[in-house]
Amino acid sequence: MSEKLVSVSELKIHFPIHAGLLRRRVGEVKAVDGLSFDVYRGETLGLVGESGCGKSTTGRAVLRLYDPTEGSVTFEDTDIADLSDGDMRRMRPRMQMIFQDPQACLNPRMTVGAIIGEPLMEHTSMGAKERQERVRELLDQVGLNPDFVNRYPHEFSGGQRQRIGIARALALDPDFIVCDEPIAALDVSIQAQVVNLLEDLQAERGLTYLFISHDLSMVRHIASRVAVMYLGKIMELAPVADLYADPLHPYTKALLSAVPVADPDVEATRQRTILTGDVPSPANPPQGCVFCTRCPLAQSKKAAGEDVEKCFTAPPDWRSIGSDRFVACHFAEEAK
Amino acid sequence: MERELSAGVNTAGTSVEPVLSVEGLTTRFRTSAGHVHAVNDVNFALRPGELLGVVGESGSGKSVTMMSCLKLLPMPPAEITDGRVMFGGRDLVSLSEDELRGVRGGEIGFIFQDPMTSLNPVFTVGFQLIEPLKLHMGLSGRAARKRAAELLALVGIPSPDARLDDYPHQFSGGMRQRVMIAIALACDPKVLFADEPTTALDVTVQAQIIELVKDLREKTGTAIVWVTHDLGVVAGIADRVAVMYGGQIVEMAEVDKLYDDPRHPYTRALLETLPSAELSAGRDERLRSIPGQAPNLRKALHACPFAPRCEHVHERCLSQNPPLFDVSPGQQSRCWLEVDEDADVSHQTGSAAA
Repeated sequence: MSEKLVSVSELKIHFPIHAGLLRRRVGEVKAVDGLSFDVYRGETLGLVGESGCGKSTTGRAVLRLYDPTEGSVTFEDTDIADLSDGDMRRMRPRMQMIFQDPQACLNPRMTVGAIIGEPLMEHTSMGAKERQERVRELLDQVGLNPDFVNRYPHEFSGGQRQRIGIARALALDPDFIVCDEPIAALDVSIQAQVVNLLEDLQAERGLTYLFISHDLSMVRHIASRVAVMYLGKIMELAPVADLYADPLHPYTKALLSAVPVADPDVEATRQRTILTGDVPSPANPPQGCVFCTRCPLAQSKKAAGEDVEKCFTAPPDWRSIGSDRFVACHFAEEAK
Repeated sequence: MERELSAGVNTAGTSVEPVLSVEGLTTRFRTSAGHVHAVNDVNFALRPGELLGVVGESGSGKSVTMMSCLKLLPMPPAEITDGRVMFGGRDLVSLSEDELRGVRGGEIGFIFQDPMTSLNPVFTVGFQLIEPLKLHMGLSGRAARKRAAELLALVGIPSPDARLDDYPHQFSGGMRQRVMIAIALACDPKVLFADEPTTALDVTVQAQIIELVKDLREKTGTAIVWVTHDLGVVAGIADRVAVMYGGQIVEMAEVDKLYDDPRHPYTRALLETLPSAELSAGRDERLRSIPGQAPNLRKALHACPFAPRCEHVHERCLSQNPPLFDVSPGQQSRCWLEVDEDADVSHQTGSAAA
């Protein structure tokens, strides 16, 4: 595997909860609670999980749009968690973000040219003419007509707006792009267009993506490795083929079995693992393994009279199994 | 199990009286910029106990079709210009508001996409569940409460009696959708419309709801129209599928037939845009995308709405909107390729080549 571009270590993001007349701090939402993972140069790391598991918070923290409560985020050799604002600003052109809702992330009062040109104005010394040229070039690269440069976002469809968002992210030639649910708001036929564009750009420019999504079948298509999150922690991280063929963590298994497959024959025969209950509150996560309250493995073991005490009392270590797989489960070896 | 059940219905299919039949339904919206032709000549017959999946992308008219059946649209701007919706010997389109109120929530149930916005936040779940029971079934307060608790138990909500006094915000998203299902099923409806009932939910919760609906179908035998954009969900749950595009049904088939041998170019393209389920495929294989965008429905359809994006387009497609052709037993496709043999026959070899 190639060199590490981003390295996240023991990252924690806790949001304070204030309550009462004096707005005292009464607790904290542990949105991200101790993540460690690396992103290698040129790969696409998929980050999947259900709503509220902390995947978007992680994506934002990696770009330091949130200040970490604890832990470090190393970009190449720089720990960006401690950089001053000025130094951070100089790092920003290297790392960009594509947002979920292309409607909300484009200023409706700015032309497309101004939207895509803004990062160039902020971070480079390009003149107006040169900037205009660059914007047209970028529009062309994302498959939009360069003559649309003076139009406003509302004149474009959802898929085209997402292309504008991608062009803006590409403007400063970044190395690393966090894609936060970039296709979730798009129709099926348009999703494929955008995913193909992201793949083409990656091949041309050697980009590295952190691809956040809840769509497991699209992540299987685009990612080289996948991390599965649940309640602020990564449950499992593995190369895409291994994860989908042979998941080790009970949560990954349940998640994969819940994904509908567009084939009636498969659907008629498959056995689903239906999780019971709801996700616990991240303000008050369970002791021990965060998944213990719903874990089908722990339940079946308990029913069989085995000792599963540690699932409920001791958080499992984040450990490596095999060459490039990581898992946080006390019983991961048995699943193998 | 329900698959066998549905097969039984299908073989006897043609002779069974449909519970709901939509004939030539046409809905448009009046706007300052002219009419928007949202639903154009939609026909389908819902058999007793079957689950009809309606798939399409945003703007394809699938939700407006369902809303039109019960006249749940604001009129104006919406107007149903043509067509009938026959249910129990009556045409729902011509019923008055008062008469419709007796049908909605009683004989026909409705589940909406977002359970938070369709439940009233200031009333308890119990109140909202008891209301239709008193109104449509004429139950007394105590009997209605007992029935309400049974319904909550039926949809898998633990300690149902206590939870009747809770407010919607005290339930999680999946639980709220269960409450919506309980309300929709409260009066033993013959037909249930479900408009994207799992779209706002996470996959694991979606799986719970799908299992619940499968289970409830066996228990209640309600016929369901399930509107969704997710081809995976439909594959697992539907007996028949209608594919919508540009406000009309472009293909209708039994679920196995639709996925094995789709005939309309749009259906085929849509299925090919999904990432392959095979592991080996991986990312070397490019996703097939459908070029262009969904049609603008400002003009009445005088040509095939899919023509600008269709790879088999020929002259006739640009001047005439095709009717639905019967292509095989139980399968219909709205495409000129079915009759214009000389124009383009690649669809016959298409599935092998694609």
